[in-house]
Amino acid sequence: MNIHEYQAKEVLARYGVAVPAGKVAFSPEEAEQAARDLGGDIFVVKAQIHAGGRGKGGGVKLAKSVGEVRELAEKMIGMNLVTHQTGPEGKEVHCVLVAEGVDIARELYLGIVLDRSVSKLVVMASTEGGVEIEKVAEETPEKIHKEYIEPAVGLSAYNARRIAFKLGLEGAQIKHATKFIMALYKAFVNSDASLAEINPLVVTGSGEVLALDAKIGFDDNALYRHPDIAAMRDIHEEDPLEVKASEHHLNYIKLDGNVGCMVNGAGLAMGTMDIIKLAGGQPANFLDVGGGANVETVRNGFEIILSDPNVKAVLVNIFGGIVRCDRVAKGIIEAAKSIDIKVPLVVRLAGTNAEEAAVLLNESGMNFDVATSLQEAAQKVVAKIK
Amino acid sequence: MSIIVDDKSRVVVQGITGKEGSFHATQMLEYGTNVVAGVTPGKGGTKFLEKVPVFNTVQDAVQGTGANVSVIFVPPPFAADAIYEAADAGVDWVICITEGIPAMDMLKVYNYLKTTKTRLVGPNCPGVISPGLCKVGIMPAFIHEKGSIGVISRSGTLTYEAVHQLSVAGLGQSTCIGIGGDPVIGTRFIDALELFKDDDETEAVIMIGEIGGTAEEEAAAWVKENFNKPVVAFIAGQTAPPGKRMGHAGAIISGGKGTAAEKMAALQAAGITVCKSPAVLGQTVKEVLGK
Repeated sequence: MNIHEYQAKEVLARYGVAVPAGKVAFSPEEAEQAARDLGGDIFVVKAQIHAGGRGKGGGVKLAKSVGEVRELAEKMIGMNLVTHQTGPEGKEVHCVLVAEGVDIARELYLGIVLDRSVSKLVVMASTEGGVEIEKVAEETPEKIHKEYIEPAVGLSAYNARRIAFKLGLEGAQIKHATKFIMALYKAFVNSDASLAEINPLVVTGSGEVLALDAKIGFDDNALYRHPDIAAMRDIHEEDPLEVKASEHHLNYIKLDGNVGCMVNGAGLAMGTMDIIKLAGGQPANFLDVGGGANVETVRNGFEIILSDPNVKAVLVNIFGGIVRCDRVAKGIIEAAKSIDIKVPLVVRLAGTNAEEAAVLLNESGMNFDVATSLQEAAQKVVAKIK
Repeated sequence: MSIIVDDKSRVVVQGITGKEGSFHATQMLEYGTNVVAGVTPGKGGTKFLEKVPVFNTVQDAVQGTGANVSVIFVPPPFAADAIYEAADAGVDWVICITEGIPAMDMLKVYNYLKTTKTRLVGPNCPGVISPGLCKVGIMPAFIHEKGSIGVISRSGTLTYEAVHQLSVAGLGQSTCIGIGGDPVIGTRFIDALELFKDDDETEAVIMIGEIGGTAEEEAAAWVKENFNKPVVAFIAGQTAPPGKRMGHAGAIISGGKGTAAEKMAALQAAGITVCKSPAVLGQTVKEVLGK
């Protein structure tokens, strides 16, 4: 799960990570009030969307007065912000972060991720702040310093000091950075984050170390123990169909194609998307209905797939293991009776009781096209849209 | 021969009286798996299906029955604890079926297990089956045939698809291992390949990977240097968009890394036969073996 920058800074601040003072505002009035409360004579107004590259898209601006903060907030709230991460359609801005201006001496990078190849958390730091870390990793990997952390021990002060020295910090900056890095690690572990990026991490003119920006992603599997973080979810940032699917405990991801698919199991669902493409079609979605595949899940699945107006045909691919195909077939028939399916439907059921299932589908009097192999199913469904 | 589990495996089911645990323990017993014990704290002294003794702790189960393989069906918040308990009791293998364990828990488990003799398969996996000998997991047994093809997969139903194709093509399996779809897993492709390397019965291996991480690339490099049996591979998620978690916690293309294209290229460069379509896995193995 992802959250906004302002929320990330709230979470970090709880653990003692230094962030610039700031307040979120959902209206120009709130933005003006936030600026008054902050005081000072320079502010930053930052559009809050779940995507990077906001600055280049016009979503981060400096203001030199409270009035200017209000004007910028008026422009930003409600605007459609397009960045390289939003895609051409952009994202609507619902709120802005009004933050104090910071006297920036240096811009650095600090991040924590799970390195899957060693199964450890790795703290990454670079002197190349303010640019995309993927680009740094590609072009100048030697400029990224990595500290691998033993999970049972946690991040030790020496790890943090080593990073500080590698970043070329000196004097009191070392102490500030060490405290910052240790607090960030604690925030990461205690909140079950999956990714944290402070880009840029800034050193101010007076030698303080601050998170000028903050991005945190959380492990969905651990949200059950963080209701406060789960409450930060912003469904405006998600596809409405994906939100609806998650309410039904279905794993749905919308794609750009026109062949809908409903599959049991994530791997087989991806494999089904792949074979649709190989057969000359374009998958409209990823949908894993899980192990059960009963009437209820199948009906919900159809409703979600068919809500996408691009869908011109649907392929159902279920490998019956523990779940019997004849039961799944009954579920499909019942679901199809209760909703109006206007597009061609190809059904492939393999595994336990597949033959009985095919008989049920063929004799249902409904317009199913039954396939036995995966190959046949893909070809049949693609032929429907040609 | 086979790997990980065989007819000498003595299996303890952690969570045997739960909904999932009892259902699959029954299925395993029906298959002929030597399920010697179950564990449910508080239900020690009872019997499952009037024959399998249930213990309060894994230690009691191991001491009482000589169990050497544990299979875990406990819910995600308690699964890491269950793995520690199995390792502490000294079983050789822990096969964790549970889906949805927090990655932070698994980081600790994984690194702790390195200090013990216990090895882990999973979590978030269908388990391990050596057809005809032993099934420890939730896979539908009837699609499997005894034979000489090793199967290693990050997926569940896609593995069944591959196994089904193999069996239909007349190719039985030595052992099929679902290694799991999570970012942190106990047994990785390379670990499983190492075991298949020393298994005389295994003639060839199917590897089913998916987007996310670099495990397939690492396996490819290892195969090139160390493995001389034929390997056929498929990578699921060739059409998956970046930044989206495709069901499995581990299946996500992030920072431009973990794409199917990169993995397929690495596997091919290592001399592995890569199938673009998941529908031709059985046929391809047959061709590679010249059968």
